[in-house]
Amino acid sequence: MPKLIFEKNVPGSNSFSLPPGQIPNPAISKTIPAQFLRQEALNLPEISEVEAVRHFTELSTRAYGVDNGFYPLGSCTMKYNPKINEWAARLPGFAGIHPYQPEDTVQGALQLYYEMQEMLAEITGMDGFSLQPAAGAHGELAGVMIIKAYHQQRQDAKRTKIMVPDSAHGTNPASANVVGFEVIEVKSNQRGLVDLEDLRSKMTDEVAGLMLTNPNTLGLFEEDIQEIATIVHEAGGLLYYDGANLNGIMGVARPGDMGFDVIHVNLHKTFGTPHGGGGPGSGPVGVKAQLLDFLPKPITVKQGEEYRFNYDLPLSIGKVKNFYGNFGVIVKAYAYIKALGAEGLKEAGQHAVLNANYLRHQLRDDYHIPLDRLCKHEFIINSKKQAENGVTTLSIAKRLIDYGNHPPTIYFPLIVSEAMMIEPTETESKERLDEFVQTMRTIAREAAENPELVSQAPHKAVIKRVDEVTAARKPVVKWEAGVKI
Amino acid sequence: MHTPENLFYSKEHEWVRVEGNKGYIGISDFAQHQLGDIVFVELPELDLEINLGESIGVIESVKAAATLFSPVPGTIIEVNEDLEEAPELLNQDPYHNWIAVLDLSDSSRLEGLMSAEAYNAYCQTLES
Repeated sequence: MPKLIFEKNVPGSNSFSLPPGQIPNPAISKTIPAQFLRQEALNLPEISEVEAVRHFTELSTRAYGVDNGFYPLGSCTMKYNPKINEWAARLPGFAGIHPYQPEDTVQGALQLYYEMQEMLAEITGMDGFSLQPAAGAHGELAGVMIIKAYHQQRQDAKRTKIMVPDSAHGTNPASANVVGFEVIEVKSNQRGLVDLEDLRSKMTDEVAGLMLTNPNTLGLFEEDIQEIATIVHEAGGLLYYDGANLNGIMGVARPGDMGFDVIHVNLHKTFGTPHGGGGPGSGPVGVKAQLLDFLPKPITVKQGEEYRFNYDLPLSIGKVKNFYGNFGVIVKAYAYIKALGAEGLKEAGQHAVLNANYLRHQLRDDYHIPLDRLCKHEFIINSKKQAENGVTTLSIAKRLIDYGNHPPTIYFPLIVSEAMMIEPTETESKERLDEFVQTMRTIAREAAENPELVSQAPHKAVIKRVDEVTAARKPVVKWEAGVKI
Repeated sequence: MHTPENLFYSKEHEWVRVEGNKGYIGISDFAQHQLGDIVFVELPELDLEINLGESIGVIESVKAAATLFSPVPGTIIEVNEDLEEAPELLNQDPYHNWIAVLDLSDSSRLEGLMSAEAYNAYCQTLES
């Protein structure tokens, strides 16, 4: 373990003296009332400039991103983020403008917003978009707020429930709950798809809507989507599309054509902008025509040759983000869409599906695949074959770290025991995929011949197997001088 | 997998032990095994009236967070506060360490619950 910067404290190591100033410098006790003055010493480490730089440079090398290597984190679409997107976002005309500037002086930025709204609507088959939400779950929240506002506007206050499949992302029930809906779980059937009988039996006039991911978290296309849409619509509910898995159908099928009424897309997944710490994210929310009035405002509109922010939307759920959303991220995603074009986006979607199916095919001899049939952008394996030697999915994931990979998503979706969810994305070459297959085969052999080796992995990482149970049961969340953990 | 004969089981992997008007509720050995090391248990509030299948708490493990559904309707009259400090008790002995006790006097329905034998057979179908 590297030392914390507090543990690198060397008293006097960053001392300096400034020449006497020409302006008199009164004592602090003369300028600030005594009750506001700190009595105890400020606990900041003393460290020289070069040691501070080395400390943080060393930490920066511990990060692992898609620029370091293979990152098949299922459901997260960790595709390579083209560096030309960064170039675009740093153009002075975008990077140097201020949100308080008059609209006349930022016509280019507004044009980009307008065109982005239009392009996302075309890609997803919706009628309009708001680019405000700052991330995927934020887009979901806005979308569910729109559903609530729609029913309230129709004076249909009895709709207090939202349905979510048992394979859904955890953010779906969380978003519905935050908006004040009661969440009803819909079961999956033996084929890993929404159980239509269960859906029908739970559908009432109290249901405001159904939240769905298609392809779902098992990487499978909801083949009954039209039937599902009919069931929901006939009962007066709305259909919400969680865009997390849009990469699996991009350019080939459109949620709007499947009957979805509200959608959010993750620019930081599908449209090539960085995730997480490299983000921020962006989760535009889109709707069909009957819901346009409820979108978060302002919406960018074109009047003649001019672009304007339209705040005149009386039914809008309001603003969901200060200013206009994560502008730089939207510029990057715009650059991505323009660089690929319609054909390129389709090809990206097709290659994402091809890569996932190639890996599934190559891994099926060594690993159990619970739903082994044509998948979309991701698929699930588990450790059933390795379990007889006591090797769990967690251990296989840890062993992958030893071979220089970021482990896939594990123990999700919850409906598959010991799940490992693999999403290679379209930006990986066949050579990379083959390398991963070889590594997975090696780990399967190790699990059979030397299970201890796998069960105690990682061996090469800076931090070895972490005691996750104690970390969760008795978390130590702050550092204190002199306290040994 | 251990499955005591004197309990009733739900498809959501809860068990009920009926003693007079009281229904003791816990999770099955299968459930604790699937969840792995349990790190947190959120208990229901006392006097809460619960309908069949309603949520009465949350169980978190290193792998997942799972909602605890009540396999019977009733009013919460006791909760096992030991689990707040020691959630691992559910891993150690899921049948001795009940989670909550319901007053079943208004309703003694054990609808849709399974015997130990039926529950074992049900779990086998999930193993595939």
